[in-house]
Amino acid sequence: MYHVKVTFATTGRILRQLSHDPRTLVLIFVVPCVLMSLLRWLYDDNIAVFNHIAPALLGVFPFIIMFIITSITTLRERTGGTMERLMALPISKLDLILGYMIAFGLLAIIQALLASSLILYGFNLDVAGPHWFLIIMALADALLGTALGLFVSAFARTEFQAVQFMPAFIIPQLLIGGLLLPLSQMPSLLETIAYWMPMTYAIDALNIVVTNSDLTANAWRDLLVVVGCVIVAILLGALTLRRKS
Amino acid sequence: MPDLKQHTIDYMTQNPSILAKSLVVKRDHTLILDGLSFAIRPGSINGLIGPSGSGKTTLMRAIVGVQSISDGSLNVLGKSAGDKTLRYKIGYVSQDMAVYTDLTVVQNLRYFATVARATRQQVDDIIATVRLDKQRNQIIGSLSGGQKARVSLAAALIGNPELLVLDEPTVGLDPVLRQELWDLFGELASQGKTLLVSSHVMDEADKCDELLLLRDGQLLWNDSRQRLLSRTNTRSVQDAFMRVITSKEAI
Repeated sequence: MYHVKVTFATTGRILRQLSHDPRTLVLIFVVPCVLMSLLRWLYDDNIAVFNHIAPALLGVFPFIIMFIITSITTLRERTGGTMERLMALPISKLDLILGYMIAFGLLAIIQALLASSLILYGFNLDVAGPHWFLIIMALADALLGTALGLFVSAFARTEFQAVQFMPAFIIPQLLIGGLLLPLSQMPSLLETIAYWMPMTYAIDALNIVVTNSDLTANAWRDLLVVVGCVIVAILLGALTLRRKS
Repeated sequence: MPDLKQHTIDYMTQNPSILAKSLVVKRDHTLILDGLSFAIRPGSINGLIGPSGSGKTTLMRAIVGVQSISDGSLNVLGKSAGDKTLRYKIGYVSQDMAVYTDLTVVQNLRYFATVARATRQQVDDIIATVRLDKQRNQIIGSLSGGQKARVSLAAALIGNPELLVLDEPTVGLDPVLRQELWDLFGELASQGKTLLVSSHVMDEADKCDELLLLRDGQLLWNDSRQRLLSRTNTRSVQDAFMRVITSKEAI
């Protein structure tokens, strides 16, 4: 029953809804840039520190923002009853999930371009590797936030429950994902756990591209892991979406 | 005393739109529908009447295929409830408005039309049917309660479904609007559509051809309203309902 026309109609419908919602657009496009500017200002006398943490945060901010927006938007579909109406209509679950993914993916592309352009060309961040890889990685992280947001929304019944995933699901990834301490310096159990979290690979790739002039094998591995997680989360999202309750 | 056994009609011979046999639905280990058997004739207006908590919504959700069945059988338009092909043939209005409040009337309906593989021309026809021409480019959030109810109904009419399942479509509306909607239901039935309309307001039952009286997950009556009134020797469904309940409790 999958029909590409229905997927794109869903994408169009979601974008139309968001176009009536300026706050969400500001959160997606403006807030990551404002946060980066704040960070740049904070370390005005110590640019080396900014250079050290900004690339990782270029992955983290879009990831968190897209996670929140996607999970709440999907939940609104459920609580407003439109999800149930759609489930009684000839729409496949993949139509719905891909429709969401494409809509938020398009927004994520703009978001990644804006935030990475700002730190690359506005703040002249010192990047040894190719700039395009940095931008691709920021985009992949935003898509990961979207895909995981879609996935976890299947396990929440209300917007409040969806927000509860933030501290439970996201903050641990930030704490032990290599943002505060390099993985090699962590207790070995935590290091092992960190290797099971997608955020670890996102942060690692962004650090590599800043310090290495060539893309190492690890950088490619990181990108593949993040993209793989995006695909798995989309498929799991479609599988866990229940037509019947 | 009315004889409760006589109302069981011979549903096998009538090629029914909906046919339930010993239908049981449990949710979280609670019995919601307790062995319902009934049949609904094509082209009729059927009132699903009962107090809140009686299982009306659960029964409707089972019919449209979004509620799992625990036991028994439920056939809808000749197919087992939840069959993929039925998604083209059933229009559903749930108790939530179930439309996108941040989109306009026409944006909502065009989206549902694409999903139901219907044409844009049909969207325009349906907007005229529910008399929302003037509001077509208005955001749903800015419409009145009655207009919102009509948008929700319009969304259910898209794709020209044979069966309409409407869960309390008139709740909270003023009497004039309620009458308008019931007139519209009459038009739809005269076009050959089958309607199942739930209500907890007894006077709405007086507008239906056929009645299903539901209480605590059990069916008290499934037959014509006329026969219910004559058998219970009452003048309104309200009184008949009371008579049926008290006689059942006496047994």
